[in-house]
Amino acid sequence: MSKYLLNKFLFTVDRDPDLVERYRAAPHETVAWWESTMANELLNCHGGEASTWLAFDDVERDALTGHDYVKLFELGAHPFLTLTLFIAMFERDYEEPLAFQKEYAARLSHFTLPYPDIAT
Amino acid sequence: MATLAAVIASTHHPFYYKASTAPPEERPPFADEWVAKITAFRETLTRARADVLVMVGSDHFHQLWLDNMPQFLVGKAPFYDANWYNEEREFGLPRMLLRGHEELSSHILRGGLDEGFDLAFSNELRIDHSITCPIITLRPEADLPIVPIYTNIFAPPLPRPARFVELGHSIRRLIETWPSDLRVAVIGTGHLSLELGGPRQFGPHGPDPEFDRKAVEWIASGDIERALAEVTLDSLWTPGNATHGFMDFMLMMGVAGEGAKADYADSLDLFHTMEAYFTWYPNGVPA
Repeated sequence: MSKYLLNKFLFTVDRDPDLVERYRAAPHETVAWWESTMANELLNCHGGEASTWLAFDDVERDALTGHDYVKLFELGAHPFLTLTLFIAMFERDYEEPLAFQKEYAARLSHFTLPYPDIAT
Repeated sequence: MATLAAVIASTHHPFYYKASTAPPEERPPFADEWVAKITAFRETLTRARADVLVMVGSDHFHQLWLDNMPQFLVGKAPFYDANWYNEEREFGLPRMLLRGHEELSSHILRGGLDEGFDLAFSNELRIDHSITCPIITLRPEADLPIVPIYTNIFAPPLPRPARFVELGHSIRRLIETWPSDLRVAVIGTGHLSLELGGPRQFGPHGPDPEFDRKAVEWIASGDIERALAEVTLDSLWTPGNATHGFMDFMLMMGVAGEGAKADYADSLDLFHTMEAYFTWYPNGVPA
């Protein structure tokens, strides 16, 4: 399991307006494309210096393709990264201010302290 | 030597900019009270007549990332561009450009290293809302040069609370031994109890009002000893999963000094998290 790689996905998608829309509209395609092209990219380096060993396991891949922020929380993905990206993708679908954020909290309400470990 | 003109500690609520600039029909009901409190807080910096600002904050996974994560980092650049696409998107924050003060950056880096802090540095740093929020609230003209100092309160493993206090002590010593006749204000922002991306987020107030009450008391009274006795890396998960940002308040308590009562203290109970504002004048309250 790689919390780092989950975070790397959330981080690289959240900072790219096109990727935010692409992940919202086509999560399976986006995750597959990202894993095959971006997962091993060493950020700030050219492609010739890519890493060779990073891959999702099935549970992680399913959490991402399912837009499953509850599962991402359980897996220890960084909650700030998850929240920020999911607000960008889904807040627009709710009429009331903060309605998405409150639903997000409610869907996590079965978690009690200590929360899943986010250390990478 | 330089004069430590003011020490200012604050929360950094990214929604202030939007709440305070929205057209009347879109302003939230708490905006007027919030603006009044910020306006009064701003006056505490104005009175200090600072020439340069040392800005303590924390990058929110913008430029600092898990492949190369510093614990404490000092910016040393002539300019700092500011705010990021996802902050424009979520908070409506504007793009900004701030001047740097490389001489003071160099002094803090050299002196910090010599005092035992292995400080990272950056010669090209795009700063985020942990530093631009207090610029917007306290110095909206954004006309004073800055030295940004980033702390890691975000990506475990983190330095322990005592280390933040010690860095605060060190920053104060370094400013007071800087051979300059400039007036320096240190402004740092952190969090009280806060939950982000967890089940207690976006409640009617901060997730742990009792922690907030105690924390405000520690800060306002300069009770570093009590704060260090009650706050650990483990304990900070309890008030909310983003409460490690309180360690930046502890750093600022270190700058102000043990037992230093704040000359100005105010707070505002908002949805989601409590706002808190503190100012110390180590060399006396300006006329």
